[in-house]
Amino acid sequence: MEIKADTTVCIGAGMCALTVPAIFDQSEDEGTVVVLDSTPPAELEDAVRRAVTLCPSGAISVV
Amino acid sequence: MSDLTLTTTRQRPFDPPDEIAELRPKAAIHRMTYADGHLGWLVTGYSAARAVLADARFSNRPERMHPPIPARMALAQEGGFRVPPGFFLRMDAPEHTRYRKLLTGQFTVRRMKELEPRIAQIAEACLDAMEAAGKPVDLVQEFALPIPSLVICELLGVPYEDRAQFQEDTKVLVNLEVKAEDAVGAMTRISAYLYGLIQRKRAKPTDDLLSGLVESGELNDEELTGVAFLLLVAGHETTANMLGLGTYALLTNPAQLAVMRDDPSAVENGVEELLRYLTIIHLGPIRSALTDVEIEGQVIKAGESVMLHLPVINRDPSRFPDGEHLDLTRPATGHLTFGHGIHQCLGQQLARAEMRIGYPALLRRFPGLRLAVSPEEVPMRSDMSIYGVHRLPVTW
Repeated sequence: MEIKADTTVCIGAGMCALTVPAIFDQSEDEGTVVVLDSTPPAELEDAVRRAVTLCPSGAISVV
Repeated sequence: MSDLTLTTTRQRPFDPPDEIAELRPKAAIHRMTYADGHLGWLVTGYSAARAVLADARFSNRPERMHPPIPARMALAQEGGFRVPPGFFLRMDAPEHTRYRKLLTGQFTVRRMKELEPRIAQIAEACLDAMEAAGKPVDLVQEFALPIPSLVICELLGVPYEDRAQFQEDTKVLVNLEVKAEDAVGAMTRISAYLYGLIQRKRAKPTDDLLSGLVESGELNDEELTGVAFLLLVAGHETTANMLGLGTYALLTNPAQLAVMRDDPSAVENGVEELLRYLTIIHLGPIRSALTDVEIEGQVIKAGESVMLHLPVINRDPSRFPDGEHLDLTRPATGHLTFGHGIHQCLGQQLARAEMRIGYPALLRRFPGLRLAVSPEEVPMRSDMSIYGVHRLPVTW
């Protein structure tokens, strides 16, 4: 799994950082998504998919 | 015309009106006649609601909206739905984006976690005062309202001792039966107060969010006033009602109350479930189509209004099986109480922190907490744009 993030559409709601804090954080200034590990370990893949569903702006996706 | 019009009258305090709930099994989206005669739509299905909220072809600008209930007609006609500068909740992208980007860094998950010790102090101080006041008390006045109000005042840099007027004015603004001139008066008073406060922050900055915004130089004073207005009103009216209504729901569901009180690992999801089950945003959101848009087989024509009935949507069995019941242990994330799309609640991580701290602190301090009146005597806020309880008399 590879995570893609688009900070231009991110609205900083923080759902990803709330759902998988080991993988997602938010920038200090704009609060937009920061991907800590773009190739998450297998045991976190389900949680990452949940974060993608919860993201309100479609800023994160997985391929 | 459609036979369907919107009602806010409930048969039971925690359940959405039966007339609306009964529509959901029939279809996800229904024709509805708005109070001004407009033939628009009502959404009751979960996936249709997400589709509308995520679609930039729908506008959130108030001048494009038709009022779903008669009580809001007068305000619309008086121009009360005009967007003040900086009131970005009711703007579309890219105008909205500019304001929101200035604020998102202040409300991140991490920043709100850092606030938790301070929120816990505030909660304990409120509980001390409640204990000292002696039973019975109105939980809204002693607990549900002061916690979020103190927190948002401190965060923004609004003197808490000034709260009497803006809390009173907020009550006027969210009252569905309000006369247009009273709403305009309340709006004008809050704006004048905040404009003055912005001037004082400019002259003498303090360590708070509003001073930071003033110093950033990105916004003029009218815009700063609109931003401050939005954050102040949204910051205390919403969580206050969740704390009050949530406590009422737990007091009438002792098994669920025990879960919230006794199992720290259940608190985080328990808060999500209360947000889902209670869905205090009971009158909208509403959007209006900027162009023809097809949603789940229905074509919404340009100019038509679409209201999402979140209390019914958050019980859609296709997303939340057995959603009619309060179960703090069910997977409850994904509810739409904070919205979806670009307007999803900016302060949601603050609201979560206040609830994660507030409910358990209250229930542990007063293990014998119970209603001081019979359940049917609790006055419900069916007449306000944010649902909840007007008062919650409790004893212990």
